Amino acid sequence: MIRARGLVQTFSTRQGRTKAEVRAVDGVDLDVEEGEVVGFLGPNGAGKTTTLRILTTLLRPTAGTATVAGYDVATQPQDVRRSIGYVSQAGGAFSGARAGDEVVDHGMLYGLPRSVVEKRGKELFEQLDLPGLWTRMPRNMSGGQKRRLDIVMGIVHDPTLVFLDEPTTGLDPQARANLWEHIRALRERRGATVLLTTHYLDEADALSDRIVIIDHGRIVASDTADNLKAQVAGDLVDLEVADPLRLADAAERLVRLVDDERSVEVVDGHVRARVPRAGRAVPGLLRELEASGITLESVEVRRPTLDDVFLALTGRSLRDADHAPGPDGAAAPPVPAGTPTGTPTTTEGALR
Amino acid sequence: MSGFLRDSSIVFRRQLRMNLRNPAWVIIGMLQPILYLLLFGPLLEPLIGQFGATNAYTFFVPGMLVQLGVFGAFFAGFSLIGEWREGVIEAERVTPASRTALLAGRLYRDLLQLFVQALILIGLGDLLGMDASPIGLVLGVLLTLLLGGACAAASNALALTTKSEDVMAPVINMVMLPVLLLSGILLPMAIGPAWLERASDFMPIRHVVDGVRASFAGDLASSGLLWGGLWSVVLFALALWWGTATFRRENA
Ligand SMILES: Nc1ncnc2c1ncn2[C@@H]1O[C@H](COP(=O)(O)OP(=O)(O)OP(=O)(O)O)[C@@H](O)[C@H]1O
Ligand SMILES: [Mg+2]
Repeated sequence: MIRARGLVQTFSTRQGRTKAEVRAVDGVDLDVEEGEVVGFLGPNGAGKTTTLRILTTLLRPTAGTATVAGYDVATQPQDVRRSIGYVSQAGGAFSGARAGDEVVDHGMLYGLPRSVVEKRGKELFEQLDLPGLWTRMPRNMSGGQKRRLDIVMGIVHDPTLVFLDEPTTGLDPQARANLWEHIRALRERRGATVLLTTHYLDEADALSDRIVIIDHGRIVASDTADNLKAQVAGDLVDLEVADPLRLADAAERLVRLVDDERSVEVVDGHVRARVPRAGRAVPGLLRELEASGITLESVEVRRPTLDDVFLALTGRSLRDADHAPGPDGAAAPPVPAGTPTGTPTTTEGALR
Repeated sequence: MSGFLRDSSIVFRRQLRMNLRNPAWVIIGMLQPILYLLLFGPLLEPLIGQFGATNAYTFFVPGMLVQLGVFGAFFAGFSLIGEWREGVIEAERVTPASRTALLAGRLYRDLLQLFVQALILIGLGDLLGMDASPIGLVLGVLLTLLLGGACAAASNALALTTKSEDVMAPVINMVMLPVLLLSGILLPMAIGPAWLERASDFMPIRHVVDGVRASFAGDLASSGLLWGGLWSVVLFALALWWGTATFRRENA
């Protein structure tokens, strides 16, 4: 559905007298199959929006090529536009017009008859929980309502390829969950392909078949959430040792399972390390510990989070900058103090 | 082409709907021609003999018409900046609608406004004793619409290029001053010294004003109308091309 090769976008910005060049997108290759939901993940300024604007024909890339829905973005922009829907980060409804009018006009610009757009627009208002707001002006809507209106506008013409730029910013947990359902339904009911950008790891994790991580204009990883987690960090194994005098012994056993012995931490009666394929290694470890008479109070094996992955790839934590609760209101599982996610400085050493 | 008409009329209806919802836009728009005629007309009446014309209103209404067209249209772009800031332009540009249609729909609104103002001006001028040839009226209004369309398109292009009211306002002011002074919009350049008249030859809008004036006076065979017509067509084509280019430009 999408195939991009070597996309580069440079902007020249003026700061006083000096002219600086920003390489917003710096050699992006991207493939998205039909029916896939791909999460495009990256921190502020990584180049997500710029990449999307290239793929939606709004920007002509400085270098590189892209075909979207089978058409070349540079030479067949008209055909690309006909095949896609785009919800921009800023939205597209004018604050001083009526919501319903904006939706209908936008849909009609895709060549659809008024009656069809109006019917579908009103359906989407119901589905995205905007009842009674059809004649309201966006300036009199809450931020989350306005965001949902933007989404209605972007998909009112029923596109089979949808670009969503941070669709859930400003939505409360319930509205977020509702939108997730809707995005899943887009794919399941219509076989739509979705490329969505997000800062929220839980969102990318929950929604996407595949996650593409971008940083400084480059793709640093592209895989399923599970593979990413498996490939980078290894699982966190946490042994709580009953007898403080045996901590060093326990640590020594754990070191044998990891590549880098510096990554084994001993804190507060706990021994911790990131162990590749911990599911296989831990039973053997436990037998060994038992054989040498080391008693454990508890054993914990935790799968790495996407945040760990992100940190390992970019050296920065996404969650530090941007923390969002999950759709059900529960934050990500609490992480014990001293573990990698809580203290990025120790983790960096641990992961590398 | 039918796609173009459909797209541009969707944009037009949207713009008109938003403007009509703003009573100030409607009232000020209708009041402008009335004020020109009632407050400025009497001032000019005693001067008419000096210009070698007989009917003051036949002579001055064309100037007021062009003034309305040019100055109203220069400000048309300001609303576009607000739309751009809210992402409306980007949302429109991502649809398959033709870029020219996105501009044209906005021009229709400006032209409709100008047309209604022209009707008010001419109707009121008629009541006050204007004596213009009917076919001259039609041609004169046509030239004015072309010129007004050109100014509105240029204003929209400028708006999308600068993307800032603070930058756009001084530019518009800088353009308007020579237009006002060198076009003979209210007073004909012919009464000034020769060097000033030569300078005004380089102001295209002056030729359009002369053309409208000639056509109101019934001089349909005059070179004034010919040059005025040529210039308004040229200006319109250039501005439309510029406006479309800014809507098409990837970075808009
Ligand atoms: N029109 C522009 N002119 C100059 N620089 C730009 C322009 N658009 C984007 N940039 C720069 O390009 C880089 C990438 O911006 P982009 O909007 O693609 O980031 P993003 O990943 O979408 O970030 P965010 O998560 O904040 O939305 C940033 O450094 C930004 O400042
Ligand atoms: Mg962005």
